[in-house]
Amino acid sequence: MAKLIDINQEASASISTTSTKPYVLQEAAWIKWTLITISLLFLTLFLFLPLVSIFATALSQGWNTYVASITEPDALSAIKLTLIVALIVVPLNAIFGIAAAWAITKFSFKGKNFLITLIDLPFAISPVIAGLVFILLFGAQGLFGNWLFEHDIKIVFALPGMVLATLFVTFPFVARELIPLMQMQGITEEEASISLGASGLKTFFRVTLPNIKWGLLYGLILCNARAMGEFGAVSVVSGHIRGMTNTMPLHIEILYNEYQFTAAFAVASLMSILGIITIIIKNIIEWKAKNV
Amino acid sequence: MELTWKKRKKNTIIPGFSLTLGYTMIYLSLIVLLPLSMVFFNTISMSWNEFYETITHPRAVASYKLTFGAAFAAGLINVVFGTIIAWVLIRYEFPGKKIIDGLVDLPFALPTAVAGIALTSLYAPNGWIGQFFDFKISFTPLGIIIALTFIGLPFIVRTVQPVLQNLSSEVEEASASLGANRFQTFTKVIFPELLPAILTGFSLAFARALGEYGSVVFIAGNMPMKTEITPLIIMTKLEQYDYAGATAIATVMLVASFVLLFVINMIQWVTNRKFNQQ
Amino acid sequence: MGKIKKLLLPLLFLVAVLLVGCGEDTEKAAEQTGESKETPTNETTAAKEPVEILNVSYDPTRELYTEFNEAFAAHWKEETGQDVTFQQSHGGSGKQGRAVIDGLEADVVTLALAYDIDEIAQTRQLLNEDWQTEFEHNSSPYTSTMVFLVRKGNPKNIKDWEDLVRDDVSVITPNPKTSGGARWNYLAAWGYAAKKFNGDEEKIKQFMKDLFVNVEVLDSGARGSTTTFVERGIGDVLIAWENEAYLSLNELGKDEFEIVTPSLSILAEPPVAVVDKIVDKKGTREVAQSYLEYLYSDEGQEIAAKNYYRPRNEEILEKYKDQFQTLDLITIDDFGGWQEAQKTHFADGGTFDEIYQ
Repeated sequence: MAKLIDINQEASASISTTSTKPYVLQEAAWIKWTLITISLLFLTLFLFLPLVSIFATALSQGWNTYVASITEPDALSAIKLTLIVALIVVPLNAIFGIAAAWAITKFSFKGKNFLITLIDLPFAISPVIAGLVFILLFGAQGLFGNWLFEHDIKIVFALPGMVLATLFVTFPFVARELIPLMQMQGITEEEASISLGASGLKTFFRVTLPNIKWGLLYGLILCNARAMGEFGAVSVVSGHIRGMTNTMPLHIEILYNEYQFTAAFAVASLMSILGIITIIIKNIIEWKAKNV
Repeated sequence: MELTWKKRKKNTIIPGFSLTLGYTMIYLSLIVLLPLSMVFFNTISMSWNEFYETITHPRAVASYKLTFGAAFAAGLINVVFGTIIAWVLIRYEFPGKKIIDGLVDLPFALPTAVAGIALTSLYAPNGWIGQFFDFKISFTPLGIIIALTFIGLPFIVRTVQPVLQNLSSEVEEASASLGANRFQTFTKVIFPELLPAILTGFSLAFARALGEYGSVVFIAGNMPMKTEITPLIIMTKLEQYDYAGATAIATVMLVASFVLLFVINMIQWVTNRKFNQQ
Repeated sequence: MGKIKKLLLPLLFLVAVLLVGCGEDTEKAAEQTGESKETPTNETTAAKEPVEILNVSYDPTRELYTEFNEAFAAHWKEETGQDVTFQQSHGGSGKQGRAVIDGLEADVVTLALAYDIDEIAQTRQLLNEDWQTEFEHNSSPYTSTMVFLVRKGNPKNIKDWEDLVRDDVSVITPNPKTSGGARWNYLAAWGYAAKKFNGDEEKIKQFMKDLFVNVEVLDSGARGSTTTFVERGIGDVLIAWENEAYLSLNELGKDEFEIVTPSLSILAEPPVAVVDKIVDKKGTREVAQSYLEYLYSDEGQEIAAKNYYRPRNEEILEKYKDQFQTLDLITIDDFGGWQEAQKTHFADGGTFDEIYQ
């Protein structure tokens, strides 16, 4: 799974070169255009139309309704909660990702592959199970349920539970982005720095970080996108209290269930915009990474 | 843990091994392993017979078939179209290419519930796309496949793209100079090179699709035995206060995920070895 | 030495992480309680602290409680000078019951079925097992029943339950396993068949089987089903709560749908209860108790009727009689109570599972 997400980078870092090739290495024009047409048609049916339909429904009752639906107090609190969760989750997973990548790529030890597989695990686990496990741990009937109830500490159906579920779901993202990158860069530069007398921390900040900063940033963006969009896991641990424990995806579901389709799609379109901004930033990063 | 450290092969002067590995292990245990162990912990409360009956209940079995079948079908669709899209994006120039390339990541950034609602309304009998078909798409296994295709598309495209990019044109030239036509060159030379990447992408999309919940519940129709996916069965059991049953099914899914990850790692291990030999 | 140091570092880290983790949790808890105290408007500083009530309810009551909460808050303020704010949580009845069992700290539960509250009472003893005697009328301040929503003009000419088993009719109902309303639907249909076939079990089961063969989409909740029927245009008839049917009519188009009342249906009694352990812990018993009692007051009953729930108060029912047609109503007691009904029909291996074997 070494190439989970990291490939994006190499992929688009290299898109540019389509040089003129010898005739034998080119397909007939009709094949070329058939393939392009197939691609566009497929993407239209599966990507563009859903996106367009979100915006079309969101704006179907005019701009004012649109603005009203996303500035309504419950929507605002959902946006706020989503951002808070992302703000806690992304740095924590980033620190973990850096530590894990450092341990895995700078040293050799037994069981490394097993460790990598474990790190990958949350990726392949159903979000429903991801939510369920925290209910089993911290729910009132869970392992720590009674203790938490007596001490009046709320974890599930409150912010901590939602943070934990999101941490779980977005766990591998930064680590998976950094591991192949740091593997490729090897350890010679760090060794040189250390032998010249620099401390470990200094070496990390002066030597390693500049090398991995674009990869790291890219990992953060992916982690953030997933953290904000997670639905299944958060739905299990949220409790759906309006204005308190609803993130944006949950708020969308609620609006949808209240027959407020326009409002639901308005919030959805806001999330799509966030997604598109993410993609744009990602492309800028790739462009910079390529030109550094 | 200590054993691991003792067996460390090389001594390196780089510091921070115990710190970073220790932190990794602790964080991993707290966030992932401890919570996951609860699934097995809860299943233990069942007798083997109960466990076996729960996981082989006809409805559960039907849901495995549907979940695996739909995930597999969606994976195959993505293999075909994802590879074509990757090919088109790498090999051809056409207007709007950059935008399209960026948008391939959309399913990754869009919340799954939003995707589910949007796809359902598009493919419902009165939707923009659904109205052109005589048969139902939303609320049938077909709808599930569509949702899973949407979710899985970036994985194939993004794994195939770099490999295609790095493919040296010399092999293709050699093949052509030996008299192979373009089609032969593709099937005999290019495709074998792409195969490991395609397999990896397929497995990733497949693994992700198995667990997908948010987008599927909206479009599935949720009919027992027909359009009920396994994660939904877990939810259903939970809502009937059947925790042991829910964790039993969850165990089955967890084991499936383990096996899949293992297969993915094997594919990459084999590929890497082949690569190193060259 | 070196080895000890290596061992110590991760240990230290573990301690640090745990400390930080705990600190964070308590901080968050503090933050939340702090927030909850601040939210109510503190303009009139009466003797009493503002109070907050979490009402965990099922899907179709959103509109009802939005209106009722406002009315009660005003009433309570007048009566005691205390500010009360409400947090609402809505979802499928079973899902909500589970959330309360798992630790969602609801002061009051207002669910679709007595069974879900029974489950809360039994698994965690959060309230007495005889909670249903706590308020009048089986603790159900309002009732409803199950009716049909059909497309305008009733093109398939659907009049009664037996029309639903016709080959050319497509039916929408939620999944009885997950939706409270769907269980009422199921039992109402069963009751009709029981009457028609004089209790011949084989024939009743065949009837139910024929009915569910016609079900095209089995959503997990009542709201999902309504969306499928109304927005997606699937199905000829939606079996729904009477109040949901009226609401969809008003919210989504009077000129597109109409309501058909079958000859026989079930008296659906959505119950309410104060969650003893939670209100004692939070010190909100008094207001929670009055809140539910207020549902029985004239104003409460009026609001229920306006939201298409059948009020218990005869006078108010009389006033709204145009919207509530009379029909034969069986009750859950005809099925031996919820525990019994759950076991025979909806538990794993019950009659509902037989249909899908």
